[in-house]
Amino acid sequence: MSEKKKLNLNRVPIPKQAPEERRSNFNEVALGYTEEQAIEEASRCIQCKKSNCKDGCPVGVDIPEFIKAVRDGDMPEAVRILKSKNSLPGICGRVCPQETQCEMTCSLAKKGAPIAIGRLERYVADWERAHSEISKQQIERATPNRKKVAVVGSGPAGLTCAADLVKLGYGVTIFEALHIAGGVLMYGIPEFRLPKHIVQTEVNYVKSLGVEIKLDQVIGRIATVDELLENGYDAAFLAPGAGAPMFLNIPGENLSGIYSANEFLTRTNLMKAYLFPEYDTPIKVGKRVAVFGGGNVAMDASRCALRLGAEEVYIIYRRSRTEMPARLEERGNAEEEGVIFKLQTNPSRFLGDEEGRVRAVELYEMELGEPDESGRRRPIRKPGSEFIMELDIAIPALGTRPNPIIPSTTKGLELTKWGTIVTDEATGRTSKERVWCGGDMATGAATVISAMGAGKRAAADIDESFKA
Amino acid sequence: MYKIVKREVLVPNMIYMKVEAPDIAQKAKPGQFIILRVDEFGERFPMSLAGWDKNEGTLEISFQIMGKSTMKLAALGEGEHVLDVVGPLGKSTEIDYYGNVLCVCGSFGVGPMITMIRALKEKGNKIVSVIEAESEAFLFWEDKLKEISDEAHVVVGDRGVGQVSEFVREYLKAGNKIDRVFAFGRVFMMMECSKATKAFEVKTIVSLTPIMVDGTGMCGCCRVSVGGETKFTCVDGPEFDGHLVDWELLIKRKQAYLKEEARAFNLWEPDNLRKVAELSKLPKRLSLVENE
Repeated sequence: MSEKKKLNLNRVPIPKQAPEERRSNFNEVALGYTEEQAIEEASRCIQCKKSNCKDGCPVGVDIPEFIKAVRDGDMPEAVRILKSKNSLPGICGRVCPQETQCEMTCSLAKKGAPIAIGRLERYVADWERAHSEISKQQIERATPNRKKVAVVGSGPAGLTCAADLVKLGYGVTIFEALHIAGGVLMYGIPEFRLPKHIVQTEVNYVKSLGVEIKLDQVIGRIATVDELLENGYDAAFLAPGAGAPMFLNIPGENLSGIYSANEFLTRTNLMKAYLFPEYDTPIKVGKRVAVFGGGNVAMDASRCALRLGAEEVYIIYRRSRTEMPARLEERGNAEEEGVIFKLQTNPSRFLGDEEGRVRAVELYEMELGEPDESGRRRPIRKPGSEFIMELDIAIPALGTRPNPIIPSTTKGLELTKWGTIVTDEATGRTSKERVWCGGDMATGAATVISAMGAGKRAAADIDESFKA
Repeated sequence: MYKIVKREVLVPNMIYMKVEAPDIAQKAKPGQFIILRVDEFGERFPMSLAGWDKNEGTLEISFQIMGKSTMKLAALGEGEHVLDVVGPLGKSTEIDYYGNVLCVCGSFGVGPMITMIRALKEKGNKIVSVIEAESEAFLFWEDKLKEISDEAHVVVGDRGVGQVSEFVREYLKAGNKIDRVFAFGRVFMMMECSKATKAFEVKTIVSLTPIMVDGTGMCGCCRVSVGGETKFTCVDGPEFDGHLVDWELLIKRKQAYLKEEARAFNLWEPDNLRKVAELSKLPKRLSLVENE
């Protein structure tokens, strides 16, 4: 049969919950392809020789091969190909920024819409979950060796590193500080973007490979990294995550009703405050909410606030729309749901009431000046533009600093001036022998997939170091 | 799962528990705390350690029933389990030789103070302890304190915790030489004691108990203002210089969820309340069920 056919430059749209409906529930927004839609989308792939998409993937998934299997309707094969490189496909298919990775380098992207690789990845992962009996696969595992590795943190970096190491024959224990595994996938990313049962399915998959996960273990307190290395672990991979939230450093910031995005999302997602009082953890939302920042976390927080019942939700960002770091898709979702963007605006102080609750914020407008070292135009204060905005809840979503617990309790770890651990990007090695690092602790806040890439590289290097 | 091996009612509304947690017991030091989650639906909430036994592998806690979470915990009997216990968290106290140390405590602060006094004594400090309670009926472990203190005082009075700060003021005024003060207990007591000692310029260490969620420095819920700087109690504390703490802010932040707490508490099943009353062996007329 001739492969020559007309290029289809339009991707199959993904069904979504309507904005007016979804803004009041925590169910997943994107509903996923049906089998027909997945095969139709996979058939658009021209299976080009260059397969640039692979280079765009931080964990090196064999993208054209798995898409070919989907096109042929051979889902078990698609699962096998995908999972040989990526242990968390259901997560990646939902939260990876494919538009700046595999889909950006897709050959079709030059002419029209690239293949919806993320949506297909999600389809394959969801298919496997629905057909777990049929798809039970024999995972290729090396003969167990006697080496043991301690992995600190069960977020994307930790899970990926652990899964790869256990497949290579290592004994792996993950130490997780919270009461459930998954890290940011559980406490940070909301249910409507990444359902928690999907995270737990993939965590269970990693466990089924033979990884032991110990919960409620804060490394640096219950045991130091040095103690792990003294007590039976041959190497340690540190992936404790994003750490401590940053605040605006303006007057009134400790009034009650001002949540860091981390706290707001943790209460909502991890502690299920959206189901209060069935779940015990409360959260306050009120009528008017302002989220400060322009990243994905700001989008997540604002969309959670809407779903928790806020009437008006604002994103307040000091630069313009083009400088917003949030994914286009997430920005679009937020705006569709009714989040109001107040751009080139910055807060100068919070005002409280007699009970110490925030009641308003003073804002001022910004103008764009000369580009700074990041290439983005530096915002400067517009004189005389101050105004007061009343609000019930304020949520600074400004990124995080590294958590001090591990750096302050581990001997001989070199740190950067930002407090992150000095890490070789290609291998994950730190300044300390037998200690590797990856994820946000090495790079500062980044993406799920870049953390997974770091976990993968570290696993390979740990293996290399023991073979040598 | 962490097994409760001992449960006692110390005084009305004050529960003592011993919980199996061998790894934490190995590591615990004075001044540290744990985070508990009683069941699948539960909050994560902090509690100071009132003791630990490395050999036995147990932790001790003493707590007041304040809301739904502490009530749920109180409703567990010996042999039952707490779902999650995380710790030891927070910085441990740097204990040194100071000389004469005044240790003021009350309520849930008594247990942690006993662990602190033991460590202070090891360094050769002379201990003057003060325990406060609203009345004789709420006084507990004063005998334990007396045993380990060089000088022990009991301040009981229905004028509330204000009285203990008056005691501290008078004690210092009388010319007693004190080199360091520790105050553990209810916020109001610690605040008043800090005010009293400030006039005499005696450094006063307090142990703060704001609302927490993760307890590991990730959320910032427990932020307090100390000397004009924002600190996270869970990783920078929980102990701070009482003269530098912004007490008003702390109290207001602690009260942020009073309405929600009341709602959650009131919706809690009467069956569970009955169990608490039974376990606590409260006289019928005092039982919580009748007030429902």
